[in-house]
Order: sequence, then structure tokens, then C-alpha cells
Amino acid sequence: MNAFSVAAFTSGLNLATPEIFLALAGCAILLLDLLIGDSRRHWTAALSIAALLVTAVLAGGVEVNGPVTALGGMFLVDAMSQALKIVALVIVAVAFVYSVEYMRHRGILKGEYFVLGLFATLGILVLISAASLVTVYLGLELLSLCLYAMVAFDRDSGRSAESAIKYFVLGSLASGTLLYGMSIIYGVTGSLDLGSIAAAVQGGLATNIGLLFGIAFVIVAIGFKFGAVPFHMWIPDVYEGSPTCVTLFVGSAPKIAAFALAMRLLVDGLGGAQVDWGQMLVVLSVLSMAIGNVVAIAQTNLKRMLGYSTISHVGYILLGILAGTSQGYQSAMFYTITYVIVAAGSFGMILLLSRHGFEADRIEDFKGLNARSPWFAGMMAIFMFSLAGLPPFIGFWAKLGVIQAVLGINAVWLAVVAVLFSVVGAYYYLRVVKMMYFDEPVDAARIDGSPLMRAVLSANALLVLLLGIAPGALFVVCAHALP
Amino acid sequence: MMFETILFFAFSAVLVGAALGVILSRNPVYSALLLVLCFFNSAVIWLMLDAEFLGIVLVLVYVGAVMVLFLFVVMMLDVNLEELRKGLAGYWPLAAAVAGLMVFAILNVVVAKHLGGLALRAAPSLPAGYSNTRVLGEALFTRYAYPAQLAAVILLVASIAAIVLTLRHRTGLKPQNVGEQVKVSAKDRVRLVKMAPEKRP
Repeated sequence: MNAFSVAAFTSGLNLATPEIFLALAGCAILLLDLLIGDSRRHWTAALSIAALLVTAVLAGGVEVNGPVTALGGMFLVDAMSQALKIVALVIVAVAFVYSVEYMRHRGILKGEYFVLGLFATLGILVLISAASLVTVYLGLELLSLCLYAMVAFDRDSGRSAESAIKYFVLGSLASGTLLYGMSIIYGVTGSLDLGSIAAAVQGGLATNIGLLFGIAFVIVAIGFKFGAVPFHMWIPDVYEGSPTCVTLFVGSAPKIAAFALAMRLLVDGLGGAQVDWGQMLVVLSVLSMAIGNVVAIAQTNLKRMLGYSTISHVGYILLGILAGTSQGYQSAMFYTITYVIVAAGSFGMILLLSRHGFEADRIEDFKGLNARSPWFAGMMAIFMFSLAGLPPFIGFWAKLGVIQAVLGINAVWLAVVAVLFSVVGAYYYLRVVKMMYFDEPVDAARIDGSPLMRAVLSANALLVLLLGIAPGALFVVCAHALP
Repeated sequence: MMFETILFFAFSAVLVGAALGVILSRNPVYSALLLVLCFFNSAVIWLMLDAEFLGIVLVLVYVGAVMVLFLFVVMMLDVNLEELRKGLAGYWPLAAAVAGLMVFAILNVVVAKHLGGLALRAAPSLPAGYSNTRVLGEALFTRYAYPAQLAAVILLVASIAAIVLTLRHRTGLKPQNVGEQVKVSAKDRVRLVKMAPEKRP
């Protein structure tokens, strides 16, 4: 423990400008929202989106020359944190654009939704930049607490309340498990600082039985936050029960946070014990790919199906992390970013099709979409093809990356399992495409949605296609982030 | 030293016993009261570690505020536990199997290799005039200023969330308007009516 210096603390503040700006913007919007009437609530949304985009610009403007810590060594800025922050901020802004119409139709367009979303994003940023067990935990709690409230946001809906309670109870259990693991790791290594923990683990603690106990608890918490089998029980219920705009929120940016959580704790802190946590992740990964893909086939609710699809994709992300090579980490980061982009788009499609009193969350609701709107049927097809991992869409490169990573560590059987289950998974994604193009429409309502939402959703789908044709730029970003 | 060790084990034993009581007791009021006992014992153990501020805060905040609220909630809700427990008994074979597996796994690890690195270390002796409160305050506002701010944001979010989920603007309520009440004068309230005397029938 070095002595505290005020000068060092204040000089580190400029590295945290994005976080400070976002926190202040959240407070300001909370107050401004009081002055905005219910009929003009979309201004709160516009302000929040503007705040997120400004934060993204600020995050991009922070100069990064290798990893730098600040704020008493608890805040870390490196190339990975910068890239993940920008992606998370933009995705949340996109999620807000998709949400406004849906919330207005259901009478839940309130300013607090956006404020909670902004603070959840702040939690994600804190987690991405965490350099100490304390900040890892606080960032995660900030994020989770906002999410619990957002899931219960439609307070007149019993299902929404039920899923919020489930999420809250299981989430608290996972947080408790994480704290327990952290306390054991602190007890063994004698430090809360991830850098010192890494040094202690490298210095011969890797085989320490106490440390293994701690790692097991931490893995449980990471598995829960990701939604990996067998800690996935909350995902289908929360995805189905919450308002679709919240499902979109929960299903997108927090996955980046979960990835950051895994990278910070396992790689930055416990990198020396990779052999141990790698084995644990193999179990989670294989089970997630199997159960996620197989159970998704039986679903009739699209939100629930996408929930199980999330579980399977988490299995693939974990494949990259468990490889324990920089190629593996890069491919996992690539997978996470592309998955989040595609997931935002697919939930955005459900929001686009929903209208007053109609949720559009059953798979049948997409029947004959091509006859109603060929353009948006095409967009949905792009998302589904990408989730299935078909070339030339971005999902193909993501799957290829993680499979190459496990082949790189000579785990051929894992690669075979991954390919087999992606074939199983292709069935239920292609079923949606089949219904859109070859079935008769059951519903002739015009497809509404503000021009902005339609434009952003189209851009989202075209980005999936464009990145699939030219994935080089994103590969370069990931390679630069995790050299 | 010997006396302190005996005290430590005595309080720890009560702590563990009370903790077991919390989860095993059938009556939720007993559970809550046993949890209070747990908190008192942990507070005493903290006091023995010279962490007097934490010990007192634990008693003031958890026993004084949180647990009292808990007791109120338990008494007011009147949860029918028999109803809740109805289906639970059917699960015991599964529960026993899972618990047995866990015990087996943990024993395996502990027996196979004793917990290295967890060796007990004596706490460093503290200088005279050491104040736990002062040291905590200094740490919180210097080295840990960033996490303290984050905790503040979490508390803000908790209050926003609680208000969002519970505040309802119901129509048809007749709330008091304090301004109107203060402004009122006697002649708005009291009306003297002159009337002719009436005769009792």
C-alpha cells in the first residue's frame, strides 16, 4: 500500500471523464425530467441518448497508451476498456431509440426508465474499468440494481413483477456468492487489487486450495451474470416476463459487462490459475451450448426462444475465454460485441412489430412478414441468419473465431461439440425465416414505428451484413484491445 | 490472551448456534430475533478486534433499524407458513442428494489437502491512541473516495427505484392543503345563525 497523494488522485480524474460525465448527466436528467410534462416525455429520451453519445465521444477521446490505473489504483483504462465502453454506450443509446414508441403505447413512458438505464450504463462502465475487487463488485451491483427495477417497471403487470422478484432473489444470491469468493481470494492473496492478486497467484499460489475455493465461487457468479447453464434459470423467465424494451436492455449491454467481469476477474486477476478455471468453464460452456440450443427448439414465445439462444451464445463466448490464449480472448470479445449488436436488432424487431395491446412476442406473429413488409422481413432474416452463424453474416466470423481458438489449444472435441450444436441451433432460427417467407400472414396491421426507429433498425441490420462482408476492422479492434 | 481466546470461542459458538437457529426455526419472529443475537455476537467479535466503529454501527444500523423493520414486516404480513411449506416435503430426496454431493466434494478437498495459505496470523498490535473511526474515515475519503462515490450512486439508484415502483398518483384522494389550512380565518369556519327560540313540543 503506497501513501495516498491528492495530486495523483486528481490527475487521474481526467481518465474517468466519461464516467463522471455520465453520472452528472444522469442526475441532471433526473431533475430535468420533473419539468418535462408527460406528453413530452420523449425529450427525456432524447436527452439521455445525447448524454450517452457524448459519453461515447469522451470515452473515445481518452488517450490510452497501454494500461494506466488511476483513482487510488482502482480504476483502469486500457485499449479493451475503451473499445468495450464505446460499444456499450452506443448499444444502450440504440436500445433507448427502440424503446420510446413501445413504452408510449403501454403508458410506461417515464423519465425514470431512462435515468435507471443511464445509471445501469454507468455500472457497466465502472465494471469495464475495474482494477480492484471493490470496484468490480460496486459496478456489478449498480448495474444489477438498475436492472431489477427496470424489469419491474411495468408495475401493473403481474408477470413483470414475478420475473423481477425471481431475478432479484437469484441475482442477490449470485452477488453473495461473488462476495464470498472475493473474500476467500482476499484472504489467500492478501489484496483487493487485481494487479497484486495476479502477482500473488503467479508467485506460487496457483495451486493453493483456498484460492481454488474462491475461484469456484467467482465462476458461479460469472456464470449467473452471463446466464450460463446451470445458472441460467432466470434468463427465459426474465426475458419473457419483462416489458420487451427491458428485455432488449437486459439482453444487450449487460452481456458486455459480463464479458468484462470475466476478463477482469479471471484473466487480469486470476490469470495464473487459468488451468483451473478453464476446466470449470469447459463444463459451463458445453452445457450452455447443449441446453440453450436444444430447449430453444421447443419454444413458441420469441422472447423466450431468444433467451435460450442467449444461453447458447454465452456457451460460445465462454469457449473463447476458456482457451486462455490471447487469440481466444480476442475471439470472445469479437463474439460478445457482435452478439450484442445482433441481439439489439432482433429484440428491436419485436418492438417494431408490437403496437397498442399487441406484444408481437410469439413466433407466429412473424408469419408472412414478407407480405406485409419485405424490407423488415429482410432485416429480421439478416438477424436470424447471423444468430445461426451463416456466412456472409457477422455471426459466422464470430463462431469461426471461437472454434479456431479452441482448435488452437488442441481441444478438438470442444470444436466438434460447438459445430454440432450450432447446426441444432440453425433449426429454430431458420424456422422464423421460413414463417416470414412461406406462411400466410395472420395479421394485416401496418408496421408502425417512428422514422428514426426504422432508420436505426435498418442501419443495425445493414451493419450486421456489412461487418459480415468486411469483418477486418472489428478484428483489428479486438486484436488491438487484447494483444 | 487466554481469556480473550475463550471469549472469542464463546461468542463464536453463540453466533454459529444463533445462525443455525435463524434458518431452522419454524417461527419467523424467532428467526428475526435470533438474527439480532447473531448481529450482537458479531459486533462483540469486531469490538475484540479493535474495530469498535464497525461493531457499534452494526448494532445501531442492523439491530436498531433494519431488524426492527423486519420484525414489523413479519408481524404485519401474517404469512401462512404451513401453506408455503406444503409442496416442499416432496423435494427432500433431491435436496438430500444435492447436499450429500456437496458435503462429499468439500470433504474430499479438505481431507485431501489441508487448507494451505489460510494459516492464522496474529493481528498487528495497534499504536496507543488508535482510533478505528478516524482511520476508517480517512481511508473512506482518500484512498477509497472512488468506491465511496460509487456506493453513493448505488444508494441514489435504490431510492429512485423504490419511488418508481411504489409511488402512485391516485385520483380522488383528499390530501391536506397546508397553505389553505393556515390561511383560513375564523369567519370562514364559524357561522353564527340567528334563529327564533323554539318551544319544546
